[in-house]
Amino acid sequence: MTMGNRKRLKRESIIQTALQLFSVNGFHKTTIPDIAQKLGMSVGNLYNYFSSKDILAQEIIKYTSEVLGEKIREVNMLDVSAEEKIHKIVEIYFTMAKEKPEMIEYFLRVYLSNREVFSSGCEGMICVSEFITEIMIFFDDAVASGELRNQDFFSAFGLFMGYLGGMVFLKGEGVLPKEIETYIDDISRNIYNALKA
Amino acid sequence: MSAKAKPALLWLQSITCNGNSHSFLNHPDLFSILSHFELVYHPILETGQTIEKMLAGTLPCDVLVLEGSFRQKGLRKNGVEVLEVALQYAHKAEHIITAGTCATFGGIFKQKAPDAISGFCFDEAEQTPRYRQYADKLISLPGCPIHPKWLGYVLMMIADGRQIPLDEMHRPQELYGITVHTGCSRNEYFEWKVDTKGFGLKEGCLFYEQGCQGPYTRGSCNRILWNDISSKTIAGTPCLGCTEPDFPRTTLFETKTRMGIPETMPLGVPRRAYLTATGIAKSFKIKRFEERIITYDR
Repeated sequence: MTMGNRKRLKRESIIQTALQLFSVNGFHKTTIPDIAQKLGMSVGNLYNYFSSKDILAQEIIKYTSEVLGEKIREVNMLDVSAEEKIHKIVEIYFTMAKEKPEMIEYFLRVYLSNREVFSSGCEGMICVSEFITEIMIFFDDAVASGELRNQDFFSAFGLFMGYLGGMVFLKGEGVLPKEIETYIDDISRNIYNALKA
Repeated sequence: MSAKAKPALLWLQSITCNGNSHSFLNHPDLFSILSHFELVYHPILETGQTIEKMLAGTLPCDVLVLEGSFRQKGLRKNGVEVLEVALQYAHKAEHIITAGTCATFGGIFKQKAPDAISGFCFDEAEQTPRYRQYADKLISLPGCPIHPKWLGYVLMMIADGRQIPLDEMHRPQELYGITVHTGCSRNEYFEWKVDTKGFGLKEGCLFYEQGCQGPYTRGSCNRILWNDISSKTIAGTPCLGCTEPDFPRTTLFETKTRMGIPETMPLGVPRRAYLTATGIAKSFKIKRFEERIITYDR
């Protein structure tokens, strides 16, 4: 393994460990020594990878946006209807919420709840741009094919992603009576019915 | 043409509004340019020949300028089919210049009978059956109207016996190798995605809401200014895409969007790249671009 590869893998393992600790214990209660300890590395060495906790937090949100964006990009490439794509995107989101809850929890409970950490470096949508770009492409294609109604981006985006985020938030609060994946069909249908042409 | 004789220039109109002729009359060096040619016939400028003689198809012609779109049959002047006359001179000429979008692609007049009317060698972006015969002498100058200096450039290059680099539609690359967006005074607003608040204002970009087609229209309107001072987009109205094969499109003063995303991307820019760059630029508010350039006392 080359030096560059080893560094890249180490960097990713720091991101994943920090992601877990931040989303479970909260951003402020998690310290750099906590993260270093969990990884079995020295605090000094961790700072070689990320110069501050804020920068680490920003890199994590970029990482989650990339992972989610990459999955939605695959859906965008499929030759299927917008209705099916909505179903697949909901499935991706809820499956991630179940299997890697820290990814979505991080977005909801760290990124959206500690805006001061992200105000310089993650302005607007910079750190979530890969995810947003793919959602835009999904909408653009679906309007071009006549399946979804043309409207303002944010009125459609809010309906789609606000709904999904809300459901995952309820799951995180432990108030959903059923497993989250049992809602995939109904929620996909609701979103399609709300947005269709 | 003999070595010393000036090339004979013949200007023939088909279905036209005279716009390209009138535009060319605005060239500040009009007579200096024309002095390099023997002007055999022009519909507006005085020449030694009558329309009857011109329509007989017997005048000399080294450089043929065509203005207006063409109907295969049924457009007659003095009882003569205009297309037949055009073909006679096209056969003789060493250079054929289609001046304006009508003569080049069909343009506005094509809308009257889209199946029967076209440009001389192109029907929108498709080659007409005539193309093959005249391709080696064809120079396309689309524009509604053409900029006088675009034609001036082509005529002087011909007068000097110089090669004019052309693209696949025979447009001079010097003039059409860039987009109208190049050189627009609103480029900073485009970069930071700041819309204009209305027509005629100095501030803001017209691409996002006002229908500006500058980023995907080939032409040098913002490098070779109109009347030497301005352009549509500098003045604060959208580029209407008048040099493009499918001109005129519809709803010219409104940007067509899908969920807020422009339907047509800047020329050659992939959608993903555009959306990524746009998302980042829009995340910042730059104070200077939100303000008026000049504040007037009222």
